[in-house]
Amino acid sequence: MMNVIYVDNNATTMVAPEVLDAMLPYFNTNYGNPSSMHSFGGNVAGAIKTARESVASLIGALPEEIIFTSCGTESDSTAIRAAIESYPDKKHLVTSRVEHPAVKNLYEALSKKGYRTTFVPVDHSGRLDIDYLCNSLSDDTAIVSIMWGNNETGVIFPVDEISQEVKSRGILFHSDAVQAVGKIPINVAETGVDMLSLSGHKFHAPKGIGALYIRKGTKFAPFLIGGHQERGRRGGTENTASIIGLGKAAELAAGHLAQNGYEHVSRLRDKLEQTLLDKIPNAMVNGDPSNRLPNTTSIAFEYVEGEAILLMMNEYGICASSGSACTSGSLEPSHVLRAMGVPFTAAHGSIRFSLSRYNTEKEIDIILEKLPPIITRLREMSPFWKKAMGN
Amino acid sequence: MWEYTDKVKDHFLNPRNVGVMEDADGVGEVGSIACGDALTFYFKLDENGKIKDATFQTFGCASAIASSSALTEMVKGMTLEEAKKITNEDIAEYLGGLPKEKMHCSVMGRDALEKAISCYLNEPEKKVDGQIVCECFGVTDREIERVVRENQLTTIDDVTDYVKAGGGCGNCHDRIQEIIDTIRGSERPVKKKAPALTNLQKIKLIEESIEREINPTLRKDAGRLELIDVDGNRVLVRLGGSCAACAKSPVTLKHYVESRLRELVSPELVVEEVQ
Repeated sequence: MMNVIYVDNNATTMVAPEVLDAMLPYFNTNYGNPSSMHSFGGNVAGAIKTARESVASLIGALPEEIIFTSCGTESDSTAIRAAIESYPDKKHLVTSRVEHPAVKNLYEALSKKGYRTTFVPVDHSGRLDIDYLCNSLSDDTAIVSIMWGNNETGVIFPVDEISQEVKSRGILFHSDAVQAVGKIPINVAETGVDMLSLSGHKFHAPKGIGALYIRKGTKFAPFLIGGHQERGRRGGTENTASIIGLGKAAELAAGHLAQNGYEHVSRLRDKLEQTLLDKIPNAMVNGDPSNRLPNTTSIAFEYVEGEAILLMMNEYGICASSGSACTSGSLEPSHVLRAMGVPFTAAHGSIRFSLSRYNTEKEIDIILEKLPPIITRLREMSPFWKKAMGN
Repeated sequence: MWEYTDKVKDHFLNPRNVGVMEDADGVGEVGSIACGDALTFYFKLDENGKIKDATFQTFGCASAIASSSALTEMVKGMTLEEAKKITNEDIAEYLGGLPKEKMHCSVMGRDALEKAISCYLNEPEKKVDGQIVCECFGVTDREIERVVRENQLTTIDDVTDYVKAGGGCGNCHDRIQEIIDTIRGSERPVKKKAPALTNLQKIKLIEESIEREINPTLRKDAGRLELIDVDGNRVLVRLGGSCAACAKSPVTLKHYVESRLRELVSPELVVEEVQ
């Protein structure tokens, strides 16, 4: 098989070798049920306790403020539905126009059930209109859910500031921090965030494990009702091996952040971005470059279509993703790029590169060698390129 | 990831006949950058009126490029009469098939070919035929009707896959459904009304249906249904076996037994349980 150059880490990441090693004994050696009376199960409960502490510590929370879930989407749904159930008289929900479908589509579904929803706009750089958000709040608002870092552009919202504003009005605040946790320092204690979603597979834990932070004292109603697991806040036997894996990944991420390990990632990202912009005319970055996740860049190549770029890169084993319509099976470019008002000429040809600490300089050099000729070739094929250049 | 055939991949990675043809006899342009794909198709005729050469320029995804490339290969050597007969299905078939969601790429090829032929024949630019149904992608009712007829489409999703209509805001979905219903309705043979059953026939049919259809199913759960009487359209039954003690038996009666009998015998039947 061809060597893979994986720069699609906002989609998912490799399970870190240390994480896998930590998990393996929990499949066939320490396979006890943490709820059991015997110490064979009890030992697993002990390991889960440690994992919970690691996850809590990564985001500045208390261990008892963390519940384990199956994924980021479950965390988001749990948080938003808990708010609705806890405040049944409040019928107004606020979010942004650039959320992940886990929040966006839930809000759209709820709006069909009679909830009033506000989708706060962003500007051309993907920055949130905070005044608009504040003006939309009222006594009727049940929850405000704003993502921490955008999955497509990497733009970081000032969650500290927004959450304090929202909290000062006595309204619940939730943040989908799936893309931010493990990539940038987060300390929920210093913010007004009441609930926060994270997902393991975005920072080198396996798929199928997530967590929800619920600030102590926050009104809550469980989404999965069943056994007493997670102190009754999420029924269902624990996904023990994955919880152990998430704990280990959190520990690794915290160590990485403490050693400024992301400087390596952002340096590679900047090199990739800057060189592509230098080598390829009519290319531009989508999103505010001064306030971004260190691993993400979304670059628009005008007059070519994203799927074609991806599949040509695929021939060299380069894995990225696109904001174009054709890749997703929908016909319109991503709602994020449309919300930012990225023109069609650019939106259809937008490619997202998302790096991880496992990427190397050599890999970036290969992308820099292979991609410019691909863009040239597709532009020569495009009926718009010559016309645009003629003008 | 899309499952493209090897032929699609080949025509995408090694497209044939790319480029502008300066001395073309016919040129057809379709699509736009806003829509996400566009194709300009060129052809030139030889002295016998056959297509000697064809080229294209395409902005779009892999299947759009492959469909364009395939089209230029397919038409070579054809007379215009022959080329006119090429359908979008032919283009897809030439490529060994396209994912359903990508069929609009083959439709784009067909449309560009038609336009190029019209251009050569100096036919007046066809007026936008019909009324715009899909505002997002500028698709008319005539275009939707045509693609529904030619490809035997049955759902809104199908129409979106073939001509993109309905793939944006979704406001036109009702109108698209109407068009599908009209076309499908006119093709569907009018269902002959079943002749009225005599009482005797009706009772016999109910008995048969219970024995052949309903009881074998109920038996799987160790249940049984006994026909007590038929009074007009009222079917009086008694549940036996495990059904008698089952809390869900009223649901079974209404949702399963009654709907099955209505289907098999007569839509007017009402099932009632007697003790």
